[in-house]
Amino acid sequence: MSLMTEITIFVLAVFVGFEVISKVPTTLHTPLMSQTNAIHGIVMLGGLIVVGFANDGIEYVIGTIAIAFGTINIVGGFMVTDRMLGMFSRKPKPKAEGEKK
Amino acid sequence: MIEAVFKPGGDAATALYIVAFSLFIIGIKQGTHPTTAKRGNLIAAAGMAVAVVTTLLLDGMGNWGLIVLGLGIGTAVGVIASIRVQMTEMPQMVALYNGVGGGAVALIAWSEIRHGISLGEDFSLDTLIPIIFAGVIGSVSFWGSNIAFAKLQDLIPTRPLAVPGQQVINAILVISIVTICVVLAVDHESPSQGLFVLLLVLAAILGNLVVLPIGGADMPVVISLLNAFTGLSAAAAGFALDNVALIVAGTLVGSSGTILTMEMATAMNRSVANILFSGFGGAPAGGAASGGEERPHISIGAQDAAIKLAYADSVVIVPGYGLAVAQAQHAIKEVADELEKRGVTVNYAIHPVAGRMPGHMNVLLAEADVPYEQLREMEDINPEMPRTSVAVVVGANDVTNPAAKNDPDSPIAGMPIIEVTEAQEVIVIKRSLSPGFAGIDNDLFYEPNTSMLFADAKQAAADIASEIGNL
Repeated sequence: MSLMTEITIFVLAVFVGFEVISKVPTTLHTPLMSQTNAIHGIVMLGGLIVVGFANDGIEYVIGTIAIAFGTINIVGGFMVTDRMLGMFSRKPKPKAEGEKK
Repeated sequence: MIEAVFKPGGDAATALYIVAFSLFIIGIKQGTHPTTAKRGNLIAAAGMAVAVVTTLLLDGMGNWGLIVLGLGIGTAVGVIASIRVQMTEMPQMVALYNGVGGGAVALIAWSEIRHGISLGEDFSLDTLIPIIFAGVIGSVSFWGSNIAFAKLQDLIPTRPLAVPGQQVINAILVISIVTICVVLAVDHESPSQGLFVLLLVLAAILGNLVVLPIGGADMPVVISLLNAFTGLSAAAAGFALDNVALIVAGTLVGSSGTILTMEMATAMNRSVANILFSGFGGAPAGGAASGGEERPHISIGAQDAAIKLAYADSVVIVPGYGLAVAQAQHAIKEVADELEKRGVTVNYAIHPVAGRMPGHMNVLLAEADVPYEQLREMEDINPEMPRTSVAVVVGANDVTNPAAKNDPDSPIAGMPIIEVTEAQEVIVIKRSLSPGFAGIDNDLFYEPNTSMLFADAKQAAADIASEIGNL
């Protein structure tokens, strides 16, 4: 890919990012942050490529740590976001209605 | 082992990376509403699975033992952390994730340099500049986030820690980092690995020094900013590795962090530079002076508070960081339940910087089963304040201080606040009259329609709930 193609992708992604994320309500900002933490874990691909094509000891070590770090982000990030969003989508309504009756 | 099917950088792999980042965008887009956000998160996770599997199937991948080891350790830590973490601890967890994310990028940048040098490759500037950028930002985020984590976890004091000559040291560090970057770029055909490692170390020191002087209540801005940084570093790594998934995903994270940073700074009426480079707590003199004299205030007990609340038409609860510290979210919900049984309307007014990260209060209250319709934003609830019978301030301080509106000389002048003084009556649950983070006295406590309930937030809420039940 040429540098200019990459810059084009980057600039378009900035606009998409601002457009989509500015619509996330403040109520959901904490799950948004943990979800973007998880998406950031995509750097793990870099770690995979480093280790997958590594040919010396230090690269093995650095790459494996990078994979572990990235995986923490992905697994921990998506799971904790799921846990939090479960709290938001829980419906306490039936209980409240029952009390009114 | 696994049969390699994709050529690195080939069309098939790139096509799947495009699928992956599309799923990220769709996932975030679904996150704009509480009812669809959970599904959105699963969609984004599916995108990640596509990206990871595609990479594992690249032609020429090897060292499977190490890959499995890294994946195994990361999965174990991630699973345990996400199950064990309490909702009050989310700021720490996000700080930590920012940290490991930035650390991963810095390590990848380092090994890219190492790998290239060992193969005797010529680095083009197109590759080298993103690698340098990723290394510096990644290292700053890793160390800055670790300090933020340590402060939030109370491992080191949350008050601003100033190093003598801080500004000068920071300036020297920045100049050294820029100089090394230029030297590396000029010598791009055979960059020195030693210089690159020195660059990572200097960036690490800078990350430490920038975050150390920042106090607890400014953490929402710091965490958001570090979030933006880690995103940018991932995008830079994408440029270096020619990987579209990294570029787009990193940019999305960067946009998110940037938007949150700007919103937090606006909510404090301060610029990001002001938050980063001048400790807010630097004004303890004012706090001490006004703390000297005891101003008249009204003090009440749980029973009085219960009576005021039970006979109200509408109640607005204003939570702050103190609610999280006292773990009072469930007790507060009990009070709200008792009130709703009596037909009192209950809403929650959430200031954007209440707590230690964006949305912190919302998550705590959601954990206590508060319906999200009752979680109201500042701009939305302020016009309703004059029609509110009682505003209950729980563990919030500076965000309710009328001095922000009335006193142009106040350190927080101009900061948007929850206008509780507009309500007919105000009850403040707080342990003492001590000033909040900004180090200034809160005029709210001495208003004629304000009653102070001196107690631990959780205990006070539990007492009020049982008193209302007994009425």
